[in-house]
Amino acid sequence: MPKDQSIRSVLIIGSGPIIIGQACEFDYSGTQASRSLREEGIEVTLINSNPATIMTDPVTADHIHLLPLTVESLEHILRERQIDAVLPTMGGQTALNLAIEAGKVGLWEKYNVKLIGVDLEAIELAENREAFRQHMIDIGLGVAPSFIANSFLEGKEAAQKIGYPLVIRPSYTLGGTGGGFVHTADEFDAKLRHGLNMSPTHEVLVEKAVLGWKEFELELLRDAADNVVIICTVENLDPMGIHTGDSITVAPAMTLSDTAYQEMRDQAIQAMRSLGNFAGGCNIQFSQNPETEELIVIEINPRVSRSSALASKATGYPIAKIAAKLALGYTLDELKNQITKTTSAYFEPTLDYVIVKMPRWNFAKFPGADHELGLQMKSVGEVMGIGRNFLEALQKACQSLEQGRAGLGADKKEWIRTEDILTRLEKVSDDRIFRLKDAMRLGVPSKTIHKLTKIDPWFLQQIKRLVEMEERLMRFNVAEDIPESFMRELKEVGYSDAQIAWVLRVGEEQVTRHRKTLDVRRTYKMVDTCAAEFEAQTPYFYSTFDGENESIPSDKKKIIVLGSGPNRIGQGIEFDYCCVHGLMAIKEAGYEAIMVNCNPETVSTDFDVADKLYFEPVYWEHLEEIIELEEPEGVIVQLGGQTALKLAETLHKKGIKIIGTDYTSMDLAEDRGAFSDLLKELEIPYPDYGVADDADQALEVANEVGYPVLVRPSYVLGGQDMRIVINDEELERHVLHIFKHMPDNRVLVDHFLDRAKEAEVDAICDGDEVHVMGIMEHIEPAGVHSGDSAAVLPTYSLSVEVVNKMVEITEQLAKALNTRGLINIQFAIKDEKVYVIEANPRASRTTPFIAKAYQVPYLKIATEVMMGVKKLKDYHIHARPSGFAIKVPVFSFDKFPNVDKQLGPEMKSTGEAIHFIKDLTDPFFRELDRQRYMYLTR
Amino acid sequence: MKSWRKNDFSKKTLLITQSTQPYLSLRAVKTKPQSMANSSLPPAILLLEDGTVYRGKAAGKIGTTTGEICFNTGMTGYQEIFTDPSYFGQILVMTNAHIGNYGAKKEEVESNSLKIAGLVCKNFTVPYHRPQATQNIQEYFEEGGMVGISDVDTRAIVRHIRDKGAMNAIISSEELDVEVLKKRLAEAPSMKGLELASKVSTKESYTYGQPDAKYKVAVLDYGVKENILRSFAQRDCFMKVFPAKTSMEELATFKADGYFLSNGPGDPAPMEYATQTAKAILAAEKPLFGICLGHQILAQALDIPTYKMHNGHRGINHPVKNLVTGKSEITSQNHGFGVSPAAIKANADKVEITHVNLNDDTIEGIRVIGKPAFSVQYHPESNPGPHDARYLFDQFVALMADS
Repeated sequence: MPKDQSIRSVLIIGSGPIIIGQACEFDYSGTQASRSLREEGIEVTLINSNPATIMTDPVTADHIHLLPLTVESLEHILRERQIDAVLPTMGGQTALNLAIEAGKVGLWEKYNVKLIGVDLEAIELAENREAFRQHMIDIGLGVAPSFIANSFLEGKEAAQKIGYPLVIRPSYTLGGTGGGFVHTADEFDAKLRHGLNMSPTHEVLVEKAVLGWKEFELELLRDAADNVVIICTVENLDPMGIHTGDSITVAPAMTLSDTAYQEMRDQAIQAMRSLGNFAGGCNIQFSQNPETEELIVIEINPRVSRSSALASKATGYPIAKIAAKLALGYTLDELKNQITKTTSAYFEPTLDYVIVKMPRWNFAKFPGADHELGLQMKSVGEVMGIGRNFLEALQKACQSLEQGRAGLGADKKEWIRTEDILTRLEKVSDDRIFRLKDAMRLGVPSKTIHKLTKIDPWFLQQIKRLVEMEERLMRFNVAEDIPESFMRELKEVGYSDAQIAWVLRVGEEQVTRHRKTLDVRRTYKMVDTCAAEFEAQTPYFYSTFDGENESIPSDKKKIIVLGSGPNRIGQGIEFDYCCVHGLMAIKEAGYEAIMVNCNPETVSTDFDVADKLYFEPVYWEHLEEIIELEEPEGVIVQLGGQTALKLAETLHKKGIKIIGTDYTSMDLAEDRGAFSDLLKELEIPYPDYGVADDADQALEVANEVGYPVLVRPSYVLGGQDMRIVINDEELERHVLHIFKHMPDNRVLVDHFLDRAKEAEVDAICDGDEVHVMGIMEHIEPAGVHSGDSAAVLPTYSLSVEVVNKMVEITEQLAKALNTRGLINIQFAIKDEKVYVIEANPRASRTTPFIAKAYQVPYLKIATEVMMGVKKLKDYHIHARPSGFAIKVPVFSFDKFPNVDKQLGPEMKSTGEAIHFIKDLTDPFFRELDRQRYMYLTR
Repeated sequence: MKSWRKNDFSKKTLLITQSTQPYLSLRAVKTKPQSMANSSLPPAILLLEDGTVYRGKAAGKIGTTTGEICFNTGMTGYQEIFTDPSYFGQILVMTNAHIGNYGAKKEEVESNSLKIAGLVCKNFTVPYHRPQATQNIQEYFEEGGMVGISDVDTRAIVRHIRDKGAMNAIISSEELDVEVLKKRLAEAPSMKGLELASKVSTKESYTYGQPDAKYKVAVLDYGVKENILRSFAQRDCFMKVFPAKTSMEELATFKADGYFLSNGPGDPAPMEYATQTAKAILAAEKPLFGICLGHQILAQALDIPTYKMHNGHRGINHPVKNLVTGKSEITSQNHGFGVSPAAIKANADKVEITHVNLNDDTIEGIRVIGKPAFSVQYHPESNPGPHDARYLFDQFVALMADS
């Protein structure tokens, strides 16, 4: 069936601000969909309130509306433009809910807009737990016994019939919000009440818990001719009981025989075909009884889902891109495999490697949060490791997490108290996989571990192999004694040099040197959807230790861009936006653009964004070998947030060129002492401060600079462990807390400017000239992390003198720091006096915001300036401000019911929205402004 | 298609040389291993006909084996693949990263023994877990006398044979002298022109299914997969399975409602005996269904020649479009020969193309015009593989019901 010619203009709905359970993977799907539709000559209009997205960039779509995701906004767009169809399946549950709402008030009918890629009845059916359950029973598929309850009484009755353990699942909530396991009767009442309250329809499903059953996810695509293919099968290492977003997952399925898999495939296809008749993506979750291999259907998402992004990166098959074309009426057999470009899109990708996805949590940001994992997703990001065996992929994922782990254990962070470890195995939290390995190392039998975790013994056997190898490794005295065969064996299962060094208690450098002498080096293999059956055209690589290297460096000049690793609070989608623009600018300047990152949710790791993609941990050992192979002109670190910046020192030491601001200047800005000396020299005011190595010193400093003081460890992200304290007692407690968790760190104590205003400037400097991109004034007073405060662009209440002073300081500092590229400076203003709080010579969270609000390609300009291909004077920058743009932070507190929602110097928001107002009389702004002191009781 | 190297061994029987000698020596290996997993495993060598050498570790029995090297891209179903008689004489590269994870289960086989000539894989994963399985892959291979090599760069091998085409190979974990292996490899016959079906076919005819079933199907066994028989039995068919070289006269004594030409190994070209039988069945106007080699035999009975493919299709993700319904299906495939598209087009009055491969437009299914006969190149019975094409068995049963 060819494409529907009546569709010439399509509206794509985005997913709004990042929240837990709905993150930047929907920017990835929306961006792919938009590009895919434009390839077909379709005019694409986008609506999203999230300014940090690539999808809302002029490079992605024809018309962009940064508007709140409301029916009113949709109507505004439909009045303004001729839209033939709307594609609501790319923006997660948020977009679908909006499309449904608009449908209910007759908006689509009124403007004669077709809904494509979706069947609203199918969505309704999949979301309504009781109807879905009945539907599955009707078509002969298995479900767990359950009852629906709309009241407390009905819930109690259901529990009585089912018995414990059971699950409470509220209807129509996102990412399992409000759901949970109930193991005993005394927990039941509270959890039932919470579940009922969380559901917008006051409805929960009380279901028998199939704890310990294996969990699998299938990603499907269907076209208008009802052809269905399975793109990817993902096995959850963590069995039933942990939300799949919080589970370590593996592809392809490791423990499925063909009989078991085909049964699952048949059921998945049957289920999808029974759900309406839409063309697009679908995700189905199954649970399998490990003894009998009996299956039950857990849930179906008849849309592009969180796991679609992972499946796309895991297989190379661009699900959203193809799904968008299917929505236009194409059938799969008419489309080409985007990777091979010669074979059919109607096929099922096959892998000759293993991927492991690991979630990234941020519990430290939510003091008081329940760390136990369950039905409700709590992770804020994820990483993917690719290897030629399960262990290699697993250890690469550990290295990607950026939690200071050099792999799965063997890195000085192991626990040694068996009792503690066993507790953690049963009460699942973010560290279970590490504790599991610790337990094995201490000799806890695999049987016991299986009993506590219910993890399939196959995975345990594999991890056990690591323990055995470490025992063999311990028999060597020095790195140089390791024979080549054993070194290769170690590297093949993903050990980093740092882990080998730790086991031997020698220096990492020694291991690396010896390894290179033995010529045990990484080779690169392609992710090509077809296990090399056909020749592929896409430069998407991962490293491994195998015979043949497929990544042949070109003779072009190259620049490497370092990504920002897993999303977490304080470092998220904004840096993906920056990287994508950086890559485009590099390509445009005639260089080969090479991307290195390990976050499967990102657009920058899409197979056709960079000239070459290395899907690798942003971890020195991996990076070093890429640099040795590619021999780039230099590496850009300022676009990948703190993650990339952290590698600047090593790059500098190894004599590798950093494109843009050099390491010494970055270090100067990071080093509090040196930076303050610089400020002093330039006669720029800053709050009194001091540095302390222990609690005594901290107390001394605090009394010197005067309370209240701001206490924080140096070198952290997003204000981690930053507190404002008002007396010695509080100070001591907090300083001890910091040293407990970061024993090698130092503590910074700043005088806190109480009731000061805060503002921040983003600027570009080419060495001679400084261009101020924008100044954002925070609505909340100083004391709230800049990421958590609402902010207005441009300033709205600061005096002209203050603004001029900030501009003047920015110019002074940018030049003094020898900035080449981006710089962000945070100011505090008290009694008309401007203080500098900090300066970051890199892309900031607000850079994309300003670029969007002013409609200036600032990231492109900044990258060109970094590369030195252009000077600021070569541009005519016309910012197009219209009124004010307000940045509104968005929190995911509903995922952590017991957490103190009070805001402070530590960032807690997960996302942001942009809101344009004409002038300060706007009621939206007035409401925000009115609440500016209420942040402590929010 | 590249020309296939002519040689003198085409008349010889393929030598499946699996020595029973225990692992003897580590002598004379000076080259450094490319890769390895467990240092305690004995080394092994894979040598290709074009002289390429890959060094890895022994998997399965210690010994030596020769065959034509080919690759399978399926991610599940290794046990079904290894016991598929169509793989007789093939050294199989499995592209999936791990082989052996779920062990071996007695029932999940396509014939009563391991049929591949040898295995090449990346991670031969001996520790397994599946409550229903009874053996790990090493025990299973040792018991079945199967020789294999692991810890080689399977992806590099696939890329090599993808470009160079199918060729003979030898695996050894007892003889590590490349020159000696070269000599032994030279003795192995080429797959082209090699008749193997009669080697794997049943020696005596036997019946399968319930004798009181509605339909009677005469199965010509060129290496039939058990799941084909199961699929017929599930559709109320009683079968008599005949040796490959059974004549029409003998077949006729069974008074079958329909005839089935099975899958099997080797080159269809030298199978004149089968082509004649197929012609006789066509002449009798009886319902006829062919799968894989059976499809090629049917084509030959219609004077459509077959050819050796550059690499063949082996996996469980091959896209096929049904030109009659317009729908597509994901299929399980295993063939190194194909039927000539040009000849089919030239015989458009006799035969019609019903299925094509969406990747390379090769012929996947044909129907004889005016006769109740059809065949497909792929495996609708799958095992391993998707069940998308099972409707073809229903189609055959419907033909028997009509006639």
